Formats: sequence, C-alpha cells, structure tokens
Amino acid sequence: MTYLFAAYLVVWIGFFLYLLSLSERQRRLSKELEALKGQISEGG
Amino acid sequence: MRWKLTYLLDGASSTGMVVALFMALLYAPTERTMGHAQRIFYLHVPLAWVSFLAFFVVFLGGIIFLRTRDLRWDRLALSSAEVGVLFCTLMLITGAIWAKVAWGVWWPWGDPRLTTTLVLWLIYLGYMLLRALSEEGRTAKVAAVFGIVGFLDVPVVFFSVRWWRSIHGVVVTSKGLNLDPKMASALWVCLAAFTLLYACLLLHRFLLEEAREELSRTGEEVV
Repeated sequence: MTYLFAAYLVVWIGFFLYLLSLSERQRRLSKELEALKGQISEGG
Repeated sequence: MRWKLTYLLDGASSTGMVVALFMALLYAPTERTMGHAQRIFYLHVPLAWVSFLAFFVVFLGGIIFLRTRDLRWDRLALSSAEVGVLFCTLMLITGAIWAKVAWGVWWPWGDPRLTTTLVLWLIYLGYMLLRALSEEGRTAKVAAVFGIVGFLDVPVVFFSVRWWRSIHGVVVTSKGLNLDPKMASALWVCLAAFTLLYACLLLHRFLLEEAREELSRTGEEVV
C-alpha cells in the first residue's frame, strides 16, 4: 500500500508542479507584454 | 476559438483524471499476487503510452517543419517534447516503484525495456537541453533532425520485450490485451484520460510558445 501511495503521489505532484511552472511562465510573459505595451504607449 | 478549445480540454481532462482515479483505485479488481500495488500499472502504462505519443508528435512536427519551414511545427515539436519528457520521467519513477514491489529491486539493469526507455529519456532530455542552451530560433533545423532520429528508439522500447529476454510482462498481444476484462476496462479509461491530459498540457504549452513568439515579434517592431 505504501508503494501504491508513493507512486500516485509522485505522479500527481509531478503534474501539479508542471502546471505551476506553466502558469508561472504565462504570468511572466503577460508581465513582459504589459511592460512592452507601456513602452509603446509612452513612445506614441 | 483557441481559448474555447482550451477550456473544453481543461474540463474534459480534469473529469477524465477523476474517473481514471476511480477506475484504477476502486473499480479494478485487486490482483492476487501483487495486491493493491498492482494498481500502479494503471499509471505506468498510460504514462508510457503518452510518452510515445508525445515523441511521435515531435517526430511528426520535425518532418513537417523540415518540409515546410513553418516555425509553428517546430514550436509544436518543442512543446510536445517538454510534455513528453515529463510523462517519461514519471513513467520511469513509477516503473522503479513497480520493480521494487514486483522484483525486489528499484532498477534491474539487465532488463532491455528499462535500458532502452532510459536511453529514450536521455535522448529527449538532450533535445530539451539543445533547445534551452542555444539562441532562440537558431536550432530548429538541428532539433528537428534530433527529434526524428530520437524517435527511432520508440519501436525498440516497444519490441524490446519480444526481441530480447525481459522480465517485463507482455500486456499487448496480437489477440488484444492480456488482462482480466475489468482490469482492461480500467486500463482503457486511464489511457483515454491520460491522452486527454496530454492534449490539454500540449495545447497550454503550445499557446505559451506562440505568445512568446508574438512578444518577441512585437519587441522587434518597437526596436
């Protein structure tokens, strides 16, 4: 039972961390895009 | 349209994973020899299937990119490779746990399927390193060739249990699945749920890559 629990835990943690990394990268990109838009509006 | 598809896939894959958990942990009968630990099988096999599928998409994306030079295919290949490496890593970990329960060791080195799978993982880890360490957009051609050649290991992994002596059981035979009907149903549901999850993660990763490309194009226009 311990091994079964360990296997399921590892897989779910793996998926969770990957989703977290995807959303973090998405957040960083949105921030960069906002900064760029700010630059454009300042320039225009 | 893209976001509609994303929401649809998010919902379908979340529901699919809950159903898969139910099928694997409650619906499938307990195996006589290994007991509950045998339920690792419902994670391990779908993880393996999705890894192969993801690397096939890298292979396909590479071929189409080399023919058309359309960078969207390169971005699809890169996205699929990253998701594939995640699934392959989890497959190796669950495989090691399975090995400990079934054979008493974490990693039986002499087994051809384990060795060829480790090689597959290293190939695509190398692919990811190549993409990460080089300038953006410069390695698409080399990466496409790398992804195509790397895929040659997938049939070797699949047929390794037939070509060489292995302690791995053969589940997929010419007559279908070599399993109890209830176990087979649980496995089919898990395969479908993991495939949906792969499609969902791939779409998110691909959209991220598209957004990055758009950002760099806008940045160039500003400069």
